[in-house]
Amino acid sequence: MRTHTLIASVLLCFLAICTRPTPVSADSAGELVSGIAQKSFSKKAAAVEKLASSGNENAALILNALMQGNLYRVKTDSTRVVLVLSEEGSLKISDPVTGAEFPSLTKSDLKKIRINNKVRSAIKAGLGRLDLTHIDPDRRLSAAAAVFKSGDPTMLPVLEELLSKEQDEHVKSAFKIAVASLQLINGQDKKIRLKAVETLQDAGGQEVKGLLSKAALQLATEKSEGSAEIAKAVEKALASVDRQLATYGMVENLFQGLSLGSVLLLAAIGLAITFGVMGVINMAHGEMVMIGAYTTYVIQETCRLYMPGVLDYSLIVAIPLAFLVSGLFGILLERSVIRFLYGRPLETLLATWGISLILQQFVRTIFGPTNKEVSTPSWLSGAWEITSGLSVTYNRLAIIVFALLVLFFLMLVLKKTLFGLQMRAVTQNRMMARSMGVRSASVDALTFGLGSGVAGMAGVALSQIDNVSPNLGQAYIIDSFMVVVFGGVGNLWGTLVGAGSLGIVNKFLEPYSGAVLAKILVLVAIILFIQKRPRGLFALKGRSVEG
Amino acid sequence: MFKLTKYLGKLSAATMVAAGVLGMSAPAATAADDVIKVGVLHSLSGTMAISETTLKDSVLMLVDDLNKKGGLLGKKVEAVVVDPASNWPLFAEKARELIEVEKVDVVFGCWTSVSRKSVLPVFEELNSMLFYPVQYEGEESSRNVFYTGAAPNQQAIPAVEYLMSEDGGSVERWVLAGTDYVYPRTTNKILEAFLKSKGVKDEDIMINYTPFGHSDWQTIVSDIKKFGSAGKKTAVVSTINGDANVPFYKELGNQGINASDIPVVAFSVGEEELAGLDTKPLVGHLAAWNYFMSVETAENAAFIEKWKAFIGDEKRVTNDPMEATYIGFNMWVQAVKQAGTTNVDAVRQAMYGQEVKNLTGGVAVMNTNHHLSKPVLIGEIQEDGMIETVWNTDGLVKGDAWSNYIPESAKLTADWTYPFVCGGCEKPMF
Repeated sequence: MRTHTLIASVLLCFLAICTRPTPVSADSAGELVSGIAQKSFSKKAAAVEKLASSGNENAALILNALMQGNLYRVKTDSTRVVLVLSEEGSLKISDPVTGAEFPSLTKSDLKKIRINNKVRSAIKAGLGRLDLTHIDPDRRLSAAAAVFKSGDPTMLPVLEELLSKEQDEHVKSAFKIAVASLQLINGQDKKIRLKAVETLQDAGGQEVKGLLSKAALQLATEKSEGSAEIAKAVEKALASVDRQLATYGMVENLFQGLSLGSVLLLAAIGLAITFGVMGVINMAHGEMVMIGAYTTYVIQETCRLYMPGVLDYSLIVAIPLAFLVSGLFGILLERSVIRFLYGRPLETLLATWGISLILQQFVRTIFGPTNKEVSTPSWLSGAWEITSGLSVTYNRLAIIVFALLVLFFLMLVLKKTLFGLQMRAVTQNRMMARSMGVRSASVDALTFGLGSGVAGMAGVALSQIDNVSPNLGQAYIIDSFMVVVFGGVGNLWGTLVGAGSLGIVNKFLEPYSGAVLAKILVLVAIILFIQKRPRGLFALKGRSVEG
Repeated sequence: MFKLTKYLGKLSAATMVAAGVLGMSAPAATAADDVIKVGVLHSLSGTMAISETTLKDSVLMLVDDLNKKGGLLGKKVEAVVVDPASNWPLFAEKARELIEVEKVDVVFGCWTSVSRKSVLPVFEELNSMLFYPVQYEGEESSRNVFYTGAAPNQQAIPAVEYLMSEDGGSVERWVLAGTDYVYPRTTNKILEAFLKSKGVKDEDIMINYTPFGHSDWQTIVSDIKKFGSAGKKTAVVSTINGDANVPFYKELGNQGINASDIPVVAFSVGEEELAGLDTKPLVGHLAAWNYFMSVETAENAAFIEKWKAFIGDEKRVTNDPMEATYIGFNMWVQAVKQAGTTNVDAVRQAMYGQEVKNLTGGVAVMNTNHHLSKPVLIGEIQEDGMIETVWNTDGLVKGDAWSNYIPESAKLTADWTYPFVCGGCEKPMF
């Protein structure tokens, strides 16, 4: 490693002397690096910029080390910067430029070089500059984005040259946007600037809007050739981008509504069985969700300990297990308490409320009161950018799909299996079902277990977007009852439509009224609706309703 | 219904028995005159248990430590723990129980402002003493409460000033996002007045409130994204409290807002809250406190070691309200020693000017307005969930009970010594 870098730096010196007007020697590289050790963040950022544009071979390595917090400065000599890496438990302290090691230094002689957002942006821009010629098109793409964000005018000639050579279409358009942004903000020529505005207008998106607004602010005070005309063009472009963003906003709002709806659906669907089909007012429903989320946590931690390789897929393993755990809790609950209280809704309400408190405290005692971290697997993090300015997050998308799948399988169980048939028979006419030889008691227990198990699966999904804490369930119990009552008790389709419409209405109200008022408005609307149609959207007809 | 009443009857009988057992053991302890009692009034169940349980454990650790050193005034110190269960009226009841039944000499407790407001009349009526260890909205000074957390001028204002500075990114546009209750509303009122005094225009300030435990942040985060694309550097000042922070930060990460684009500075997010989060997407977002676990001082290292040993978990973190509890407890111990008694009035007089070493270096001083002078730290979240200081005040900042940025409170003075002797008056009482 050491000889390698030595050769590299010698080569670099040679190259630098031959080809560059300003010679970059190992010495001045050392100076550049020591600039990073300054106390002021603004000066640090300037030093980073200088280092990145110096063309030094080690620049990327040094900048990455700074980003990761591996650069330290020697306490007694504030200009000396060293690289600290831990290798196999021992610390390796070396010079970041030459790679020479300092065995005499220990960690107590050193002070970490701190960075803040300003320095971090400078590093990103600097690394971006270095990545512009990277072989991987994705790296070039993010490099172009970094240059766009930094708005560094010195990059313009480099970018223009790269643009003419670029083959990849995606990267090409990203380069084009970056070039246009630099031309618009820093350019002098009217024609080029007007053309840049056009390019930007075609690109669209949130970031372009930010840039155009910045240009508009700048042009208002600028007195260069044709600035008024350019300002007009920018205004037009802004209006067009705004229109595009408004359309995207509607789509996004719809998606967010569906997403909220799917969360409500997941939370309520188990209740649609225990409350909707069986008629048990189960206040401990939220705790079944919570138990599902904690199961996810336990499985993730087990994976982390024994099989770190499959950590990303622990969520998938957690789905059936959460169903089983919550389902067993449900059956236990039904057998031990609820079966004695059938037909007495008030007492069921009180008893299950008590049970929910017991379960919360039980979990708090075992896992502690603090939140547990269920990490989001890499395949669920981030957002899917459909076009620039319109993106949907993967985890929300996954929850929508998951909610629909759960509903589909539940329907399948109810309509196509013997258990489903017995379940429907018992709820529609218990006496008749019993006289036909159905063991109603075990059907009751299994039905309650099914509803609780589905709640447990909801817990797996909710662990991705909410806190895994003992209070997780409480946040959803009211919403779940709202959805089931609104959709029509005893009807799964009603639950689907109820959850979806509540989600969308809520999300469309929120931008105008704020989150607090939107919730209140939805609640009032439901109360009024129930006054008009006490049985909800899709009322069940038949004898069981009257019973 | 008959069965239920029978159950209820059994239940109440059981609680009576339990209460009897507890009640019997309590007087047995008070019977001995060589015990000083310290009340601990923190929620151990309900929504706030997540934050407050840690503080209960901190007080227990401090008491334990004090006893190992030989107690106080030659007596053993005993902690009396009650659970107000995140239920605000219950806080008042439990406070009364601590003071009247248990006869404690001092109480350490409360987290939310609403719980503090609920116990305030009890402490004033019974002339007892409460140490309140959490950052809060100010606009209050009670004779019976010592506020060891930060007032707005020790947290919110310096944080905003930092973001306005060149190092902080010269922010010009502000989103004030908070949970809908008294602390965020008052803090945002102060911040809004402060920003306007610095020449920020109305259209550059967006204020947003959400309910407690809000979990669906999609709309608000995309609104913030839109607000931030107006060509000016934008930052979010978050007074979002408790559990709601986790989904908020998750949504920020997922929608790709990172700290170099739109930094979020939070006043209620510390190491404890971050422990339940994947912090990789959050690197660079800020927090303003008077203490970070990452600060390297000998005092802090010793405190962290003691805490981990006491709780028996290597992964447990320390946070700012714990330091505030530590300072408050030690100040009270010093004041009791100085006064030679636990009498509330004598201890109160001895509290003024009392000094305790901060865990982050320097010395905290108790002022006559019942607030501390402490240093202010601003830090950025790191990948390992720690917060690293990026800026700190050179000296101590004196906590203001009344904000200078709200016209009606700028006139008020809080000073519990002669000649003012009041928590908020325009002219001296004497």
